[in-house]
Amino acid sequence: MKRVLMYLKPYRWKMVQGLSIKIIGTFADLGLPWILAYILNEIIPLGKISKIILWGMVMLILAVMARNFNIMANRMASKVAKDTVQQIRHDLFKKINTLSGAQTDTFTIPSLISRLTSDSYNIHQMIGMMQRLGVRAPMILFGGVILTFFLEPVLTLVLIAVVPILAAVVFIISKKGIPLYGKVQKSVDSMIQVLRENISGIRVVKALSKTEYEKRRFAQKNEEVVKTDFRAGSVMAVSTPCMNLLLNVGLTLVIVVGAYRVNSGAAEPGTITAFLSYFTMILNAVLALNRIFVVFSKASASAQRIDQVLSAPEDLKVISLKEEQKKQIVTPFVEFRNVSFGYSMSKEFLTLKEISFQIEKGSGLGIIGATGSGKSTIINLLMRFYDVTQGAILIDGYDIRSIPLQQLRSKFGVVFQNDTIFMDSIQENISFGRELEEKQIILAAKDACADNFILEKEGGYAYRAAIRGADFSGGQKQRLLIARALAGNPQILILDDSSSALDYKTDASVRQAIMKHYPEATILLIAQRISSVMHMKQILVLEDGKMIGLGTHQELLKTCDVYKEIYDSQIGMDQKGEENGSQSRKSGEEGTNSCF
Amino acid sequence: MAVNPENQAKKGQTPVSKPKDIKSTIKGLWNYLCRYRGLLFLAILLTISSNLLALIGPMLSGSAIDAIGSKKGEANFQKIFFYAGLMIIFYIVSSALTYLLSLLMLEISRKIVRQMRNDIFSKLMELPVGYFDKHLSGDIISRISYDIDVINTSLSTDLIQICASIITVIGSFIMMVVISPPLMVVMVLMIPVSIFYTRYMARKTRPLFSKRSAKLGELNGFVEEMISGHKTIKAYAREEVMLSKFDTINEEAVTAYYNADYYGSMVGPTVNFINNISLTIVAVFGAVLYLFEILSLGSISSFVLYSRKFSGPINEAANIVSELQSALAAAERVFRVLKEEPEVKDTKDAKPLTEVIGKVELKDVTFGYHKEHTIIKNLSLTAKAGSLTAIVGPTGAGKTTIINLLMRFYDPDFGTICVDEKENREITRESLRKSYAMVLQDTWVFGGTIFENIAYGKENATMEEVVAAAKAAKIHSYISKLPDGYETVLTEDGVNISKGQKQLLTIARAMLLDAKILILDEATSNVDTRTEIQIQKAMRTLMKGKTCFVIAHRLSTIREADLILVVENGNVVEQGTHWELLKKQGIYSKLYYSQFQ
Repeated sequence: MKRVLMYLKPYRWKMVQGLSIKIIGTFADLGLPWILAYILNEIIPLGKISKIILWGMVMLILAVMARNFNIMANRMASKVAKDTVQQIRHDLFKKINTLSGAQTDTFTIPSLISRLTSDSYNIHQMIGMMQRLGVRAPMILFGGVILTFFLEPVLTLVLIAVVPILAAVVFIISKKGIPLYGKVQKSVDSMIQVLRENISGIRVVKALSKTEYEKRRFAQKNEEVVKTDFRAGSVMAVSTPCMNLLLNVGLTLVIVVGAYRVNSGAAEPGTITAFLSYFTMILNAVLALNRIFVVFSKASASAQRIDQVLSAPEDLKVISLKEEQKKQIVTPFVEFRNVSFGYSMSKEFLTLKEISFQIEKGSGLGIIGATGSGKSTIINLLMRFYDVTQGAILIDGYDIRSIPLQQLRSKFGVVFQNDTIFMDSIQENISFGRELEEKQIILAAKDACADNFILEKEGGYAYRAAIRGADFSGGQKQRLLIARALAGNPQILILDDSSSALDYKTDASVRQAIMKHYPEATILLIAQRISSVMHMKQILVLEDGKMIGLGTHQELLKTCDVYKEIYDSQIGMDQKGEENGSQSRKSGEEGTNSCF
Repeated sequence: MAVNPENQAKKGQTPVSKPKDIKSTIKGLWNYLCRYRGLLFLAILLTISSNLLALIGPMLSGSAIDAIGSKKGEANFQKIFFYAGLMIIFYIVSSALTYLLSLLMLEISRKIVRQMRNDIFSKLMELPVGYFDKHLSGDIISRISYDIDVINTSLSTDLIQICASIITVIGSFIMMVVISPPLMVVMVLMIPVSIFYTRYMARKTRPLFSKRSAKLGELNGFVEEMISGHKTIKAYAREEVMLSKFDTINEEAVTAYYNADYYGSMVGPTVNFINNISLTIVAVFGAVLYLFEILSLGSISSFVLYSRKFSGPINEAANIVSELQSALAAAERVFRVLKEEPEVKDTKDAKPLTEVIGKVELKDVTFGYHKEHTIIKNLSLTAKAGSLTAIVGPTGAGKTTIINLLMRFYDPDFGTICVDEKENREITRESLRKSYAMVLQDTWVFGGTIFENIAYGKENATMEEVVAAAKAAKIHSYISKLPDGYETVLTEDGVNISKGQKQLLTIARAMLLDAKILILDEATSNVDTRTEIQIQKAMRTLMKGKTCFVIAHRLSTIREADLILVVENGNVVEQGTHWELLKKQGIYSKLYYSQFQ
């Protein structure tokens, strides 16, 4: 909440202004029953109709004032809420873009999305409501109490006596009810889990004819949800009738006590009428405060979630190095020096262990290994989404931690695994806000074998892709992504599993185009298919985060068992496979090399 | 009911979308309500009585004030205490009734919501699998949780509120007429003003509010896209560009919000103004009437209280209408699921398939997911019992279509599929599917013990059977090493075991089935080499003596196959044995030799 207040600070004068107007408006509102009492008590006995009408006019003026000032103040409040939330969202979006990979992992993507959307929405609602009702309700409450105090101090005391009981009731109910809602949320989660499982496993469920079983399982969870919800609801439902009862009992007491006062001549009967009118207003104010309380507690949870992101410490700082650590005379272009890394802090779970390799400028490295062996992690480290736990990564002789992030990343053209196609034109998807020339974009698309299918689309390069590129096939998406990576003419080109959906022919021709048109680019290529990496100058074989082979295709076939195993299993020479899987029905023909 | 914020974020796209088919939606809701009409009737009865009691309150207080008299020493305390006592009794009874009513409504909405959820879930289970390919799981989940929540809230609160409002308005109206018909004339003049204004504003602000929802939806969509693709944005150092795009959308969203607020903020004070005016007029006229001794002071006081009661529901009308609108929109989304076309039911004379041998035959099968877009044309093939059919082709080429047809997740448009010379449509679906075992690439485990996961397909499987299956699937030794062994609970999506082990578990599950026909997805690219070899072995064991349909990735499998189906862009383009297809020099041979180019 503190940070939200900080955002409100620049608007404090505006808010003071708005609040003052609001206060005038509210007083005008409160003035009406006062005049009503005055008319009944003082004017009527005079018996002059003209006076009654005069005071009626005053009431009218106050009513107009109440309306106009309230509207004015409400609009100012909306403006403040708008400007504040706009700024908070701007900063939040900016901040999220500077989070390191590790920080993003901790927050998780869906949670970041909901912080930027529903949480900021809650705050917007709260800032607006606080200024509108947050002023009005307490003012009516206090103003009402003060006015009634002047009107009739003794009766006011009766009224005030009810307040602590009221507060106690609200306190007890919310203390009992809120944990119950926690339970509801928990049972909802477990019901949704069953639903989620069934959606993802629908084919299995149907294949095994388990639908009736799953229906029962769901019904059971559902029953639990409605049961806990009923329990929580029945506790919370106590509050409204209880508050109503208390206030109305207070009202009755006011009449009784008022009767004594009037009887002893200490009060006018008209005062009691006015008093009752105030009473209704105060009752509504208390109900409104109750509602504000709910919104406020929801928003303060949201504010906390936003604050967690905004106050996340700056990770990935640029460090300055001592002179002797800087550029060395003869250096490879990209170098991993004994790099170890773990996503979690504990040393036991290292994703990469002591990785070292060097790539010359314009050369290439293929990386192969099973999922989870740490292939993509190498890219994450090279592009500094994470910092290494041990060792160092150097580009052109400089430790990447000493290069400003923007400058570092501008060297790269990259296709990630399952990379994103944005809901924008094809041209913009390739250019990606870099304001590249059209010529460059078309050239890159041609090299990525994407030109053909782009031109087939309605409007060609201006064609607007659907969400997540849903209107492109897997292979088309990958070709668009490769075009994006190539279009910037990068110094380092990273292709992470970027051709898995391409047929071999397209894969090969894209590879050839890259070799031919981007001879300067240093390439890192990750693949599951051995045929994609076997042409690279160097191939790195990873298993469980350790490098178990580094060399050319021919060298690895001789020296690295795992590489040979992968090669055999994917590309014929199935001798070994036959020995292991002896259940095979026929022996494979020898000599032919291919894969699917 | 508490709503998960993550769900809300997803659903947030259209918080107050306008319902399209109001009539049938209301009818649908009515059908649910009707099942509990007894309870509902009781609820309405309670609403009426509790509100009537509350209405008597001001009447009593008026009488009590009159009993005070207008001067010192005129008070009739006996009367005052009588009325005060009555007031308290009435208020207590009224509050008790209100609480009872809340409980009753909670009970009704609990019953309806439970029924609705179970209905949707049952419906989901009966829908063709394609439904889940076309709808995001987040969307389906938000229908069962968020949308039903909205309906629930609306049913349990709005319904009562509407009932109560109507009674309050009518009741106050009658009371005011009873107290003073001339003053009532004044009030009545104000009613149309109030209603007219509310309607006018509602019409004026509705497009602003729907624009606000739409812009908010746009913002949510943009944020979701950008944050999901944050890595790409960072990799290309495009943070600034995206931030300025975000700023534009954010500006639009907050401005739309402000514009809606700008007009929306007029409604409250203006309605209040109208009330104040009527208060003023009531005061002035009331005073005049008092002067002419037509009205008592107590009556003026009661009248003022009633007039406040009277205008309250009218103030709230705008809010309730918008809430009802969003509830109707939610109900419409729910009913849309319930109206989906389910899988075709088994025909009446469908017989269970018994003692399966495993011969599968496709005759002139033509099929398309959409009628106008045929994917498979006149496909005929025969897989003899115990034979191996390999399905090859690039990823996403539609290999799963063939599986969908074999398992009867879909029926062919033309032609027939037979198992053991019996047409699929003449066999009960359950027995047909049970004659198949299936191991797919997206392994599926659910939150339960390992035992439950393996035994999932076979009811009343014994521990011995499960262990035997696990042993055959080469995962028994891994399971026995776990502290809880077969009772180890797997978490959602099985995150606490590796992908390879998950695959072995699903193989064990298939082992236990002892089906004669097997559908297998060979792709195992997502596990390490050693596990892969293990899986290979397990698969080979599983394939023994079964009619196999394999989505093949391994050359050895393909070369061994009795029949190869080559699939491209969803079509079966070639079929034959390895050597036949090579000789044909078609797509298969091109695929085969492509890497030597």
